[in-house]
Amino acid sequence: MRVVGPGVRRWIVNTQPRHRPATAADRSCPRRWVGARFAWTVSLARCIALAVLVLMLGSCVGNEHMSFLDPQGPVAHAEAVHFYWIVGIMAVFVAGPIFLALPFFLWRYRYGNARAKYAPNWKDSAPVIAFTWIGPVLIVCGLGYFVWTDSHRLNPYRALASNQPPLQMQVIGYDWKWLFIYPKQGIATIGTMALPVGRPVTLHLTSATVMQSFFIPALGSQIYAMGGMVTRLNLEAMHPGRYLGENTMYNGNGFHFQKFTAVGMTPDRFKAWVKQVKFNGTPIDARILTAIGTCSTREQMIAAMPSLASTDGAIYLKDVSPGLFPAIVKAVKQGTTPGLAHAAQGGSGSRRSTTCKTPPPRLARAEP
Amino acid sequence: MSTASIVYDIIGRFTMHSLPFYDMVQNPTKENLINGSIAGFAACVAVGGLVIVVAGITYLKKWRWLWSEWLTSTDHKKIGIMYVVIAFVMMGRAIIEAILMRAQQAWGLDGGFLSPNHFGQLFSTHGTIMIFFMAMPFLIGVINYVMPLQIGARDVSFPVLNSISLMLTAAGAILIMASLVFGQFSTGGWFGYPPYTEAHFLPGVGPDYWIWALSLSGLGSTLTGINFAVTIFKERAPGMKLFYMPLFTWAALCTSIMMIFAMPPLTVATAQLALDRYLGFHYFTNELGGDMMHFVNLFWIFGHPEVYILIIPAFGIYSEVFSTYSGKALFGYASMVLAIMCIAILSFTVWVHHFFTMGQGPSINAVYGIASMLIGIPTGVKIYDWMWTMFRGRVRITAPMIYAIGFIVLFVLGGMSGIVLANPSVDFQVHNTDFLVAHFHNVIIPGVLFGLIAGYHFWFPKVFGYRLDERWGIFAACCWTLGFMLAFFPLYALGIMGLPRRTVAYAQPAYVPLEMAAFGGALLIGVALLSLLIQLVVSYLHRDENRVPVGDPWDGRSLEWACAAPPPEYNFPVIPMVSDRDAFTAAKAFGTAYLPPAEYVDITLPKNAAMGPVIGALGFAIAFGLVWHIWWLVCLATLGAFATMIVRGFARDTTKTIPAAEVEAEYEQWLEVVRAATPVTRADETRPVNQGLADQTALGAAS
Repeated sequence: MRVVGPGVRRWIVNTQPRHRPATAADRSCPRRWVGARFAWTVSLARCIALAVLVLMLGSCVGNEHMSFLDPQGPVAHAEAVHFYWIVGIMAVFVAGPIFLALPFFLWRYRYGNARAKYAPNWKDSAPVIAFTWIGPVLIVCGLGYFVWTDSHRLNPYRALASNQPPLQMQVIGYDWKWLFIYPKQGIATIGTMALPVGRPVTLHLTSATVMQSFFIPALGSQIYAMGGMVTRLNLEAMHPGRYLGENTMYNGNGFHFQKFTAVGMTPDRFKAWVKQVKFNGTPIDARILTAIGTCSTREQMIAAMPSLASTDGAIYLKDVSPGLFPAIVKAVKQGTTPGLAHAAQGGSGSRRSTTCKTPPPRLARAEP
Repeated sequence: MSTASIVYDIIGRFTMHSLPFYDMVQNPTKENLINGSIAGFAACVAVGGLVIVVAGITYLKKWRWLWSEWLTSTDHKKIGIMYVVIAFVMMGRAIIEAILMRAQQAWGLDGGFLSPNHFGQLFSTHGTIMIFFMAMPFLIGVINYVMPLQIGARDVSFPVLNSISLMLTAAGAILIMASLVFGQFSTGGWFGYPPYTEAHFLPGVGPDYWIWALSLSGLGSTLTGINFAVTIFKERAPGMKLFYMPLFTWAALCTSIMMIFAMPPLTVATAQLALDRYLGFHYFTNELGGDMMHFVNLFWIFGHPEVYILIIPAFGIYSEVFSTYSGKALFGYASMVLAIMCIAILSFTVWVHHFFTMGQGPSINAVYGIASMLIGIPTGVKIYDWMWTMFRGRVRITAPMIYAIGFIVLFVLGGMSGIVLANPSVDFQVHNTDFLVAHFHNVIIPGVLFGLIAGYHFWFPKVFGYRLDERWGIFAACCWTLGFMLAFFPLYALGIMGLPRRTVAYAQPAYVPLEMAAFGGALLIGVALLSLLIQLVVSYLHRDENRVPVGDPWDGRSLEWACAAPPPEYNFPVIPMVSDRDAFTAAKAFGTAYLPPAEYVDITLPKNAAMGPVIGALGFAIAFGLVWHIWWLVCLATLGAFATMIVRGFARDTTKTIPAAEVEAEYEQWLEVVRAATPVTRADETRPVNQGLADQTALGAAS
């Protein structure tokens, strides 16, 4: 059934157990695209991409999946297929002819070659001109078709097809960490984002600070998180495993520490995980919310509040009210979050603000 | 009134902390020492450079010469040269910054040696400088020099305005240089997205430096756009219809019109951000009705046309280079003109592709994605037409041609990655990653920079009267090409592997080999820049054997090759009549090149004007005062600027006349040189025997 997968799979040693329920990807997999005539285009692109990636990904894949060319969800999978198609079409129809003709022209019409025809005044030819315009137009028409259909099919707001209702999650971007809220379960985490395999997840995102961009490459699209606004994203994991998650929009000195691990779990393990967090997590309170709101990396936050420490370096919180997310959106919009109130006293800039200005001390890099 | 408030009134928010090495002295940790040393060294280079230049000029007693021959000059040729000098100086700084950043990332697995804040300043200044103070001055300088010559004009329409534009750009460049010494630059990147750049999150002087440097440069560019467009519409030589203009002039026209339309959104966006920062407005804040996406929209309504403002002149240069070095008329002239016009218009319709990930609907994304791909059509046409220009030509592989060939190969790849990014569903994966960084460097370096350097080689003999050293030129071109590939192709893979742009350090060992390769590429680019410098020195030392006084070293096709090298101040003794495209090729074919005119007349030229440097200096003072909240300086300089404009309004004696006899004497002297020169074939064009007179009997004569 897999269109792209086998090649990638074969080369990459996956230590995770292979658990593979029927997913939306299998149903929406664009097999119809792979007409027999152009199948080799895809395989060519696949080979090129593999040659680059095998070496590069090999060393880290056992740990975290970090690329959409190593897709772990239906969205990333479809995006990878789309990528191969675009690259393949262009390699054949755009780069191919030019890369063949250019060296030939240069060699054939080099200055010293008296045998080649010389036509210094040949400067117009209706058929050639027509060809130069029609060629690109046709290519763009073909590519435009992909753009239109895939933009709609892979719209991040569109719920993924599934026989299960999506898991609802809320994500708030802080400097320099993401807070993941599971409103139905009443829990929240920082540094790890657990999700059940085979069940779509619908995320609502906002930012309690500057603009950020939420991204789990191996699962699917990235989307901005903006203060006072809510964006949405639909993802699904196909295989249990650990996937790199990050913020890609620069937001200051701790930007490069704003990583997390998304963990795909079997539904049973996910249930157990929720139970565990509900049991072992720290009850959220105003003090912890203020700590989340100050500029710090996850490690700095734990260092400041050792009670939040856990064995895997993540922070687990319980007793989270479903009203927290809308309350933050509203507070940021009205400028009433503690950080903003503090800044309002500071005036427009002549004095130093305490927020985000002090660089985080150099930290040893986070071991997963 | 306390002492503190008096000090604040005088020097604004300047404190000892604003000096780059102060933290290092106060708190000598290892990190502070390293970053303080680098920043302190950079500041010393900036100050030292200034001191050396000032001392050198004083020692050589050249102040008067500098003032009257250069700074106050209204000659488009001298203004063009000064623009290119600014571009090269700023390029030097920005490339060193790039090498530092690449080194940091190459060793970034364990944190590297730069602090995150320092790294943030580096990528912000690198981007800001490369776009606004390297590429823009470079292309404006080349257009300034070449375009009036190509259309057979004596100068641009508004010579004093030209000088003002130059000096405003220079003021912006000096402001960015000042940020090395006083305070810190923004860490918000070259596009400075709020709310990160709002006073709440970045309260220091950094974003203010960015805002006012861009404002100065943006104002200069708007005025330049108006000046160039008017010049091309009004000053063409008699007989030169629009469709007789050389392709480079067409490109200059497109770029000028785009500057006029694209710069205002930037000015508005930065002005609104300034209102937010200075007066507590809420245009782009999170709270109280602000919306940062308005800034993002406005910025890219400017920003996307901006990249075509940069690349279209380079397309014009490539058109000249391909046709000249192929010894052949440009293929598909009308098609080429149509293509750049299409690009110019389409470039205003695609800005949303910079933020497909904002969360708007799929139809909007698809429309902007397809619009972005449409630009591929005229661009593809141009690539094909350049190749058809070489078809059945006699192609000479000179330094500019190496850049041009490297451009085709690399630009096709860069264009392809652009098409990849134009697919919203793929952009969701590679947006904000190193893939994006690789893409825009892949179009801007081979597209814009290679083009400008090719133009620098191509027109250098016209400007200074002697050819650049060919061997160093070819070496530099190869270093640029290979260095580019080594530095940026790994970034595509890094982006696909999920590495966000602007990352000071990372935790994935898999990135290291690629980062190391990219660092090697950056070093090679450094070598390329160094070889350009060596080439300049070598060429200067050997200038006497490489002189081309006749002025046509490459068997050129357009009017700029018809006059002496370097050209006289008035360009042409008599304005030429034009009756065809490739006017000079036609003249050479009909034997009408190098003929004395029937009659010499007096020539009127604009006098020098101090207005440009004065406005530039006052503009710098206003901007610097605004950055540091030194309000007395802002008020005084603003009053001074108004006074200057009023005083200039009373100036009546603004032109000078060069008598016909003097013109005749100069021209006859040059014709003597022409008559004494030996025509050379193209085989000898890079040898000392080439005095700038092209052999029309052998290869290259009209068939």
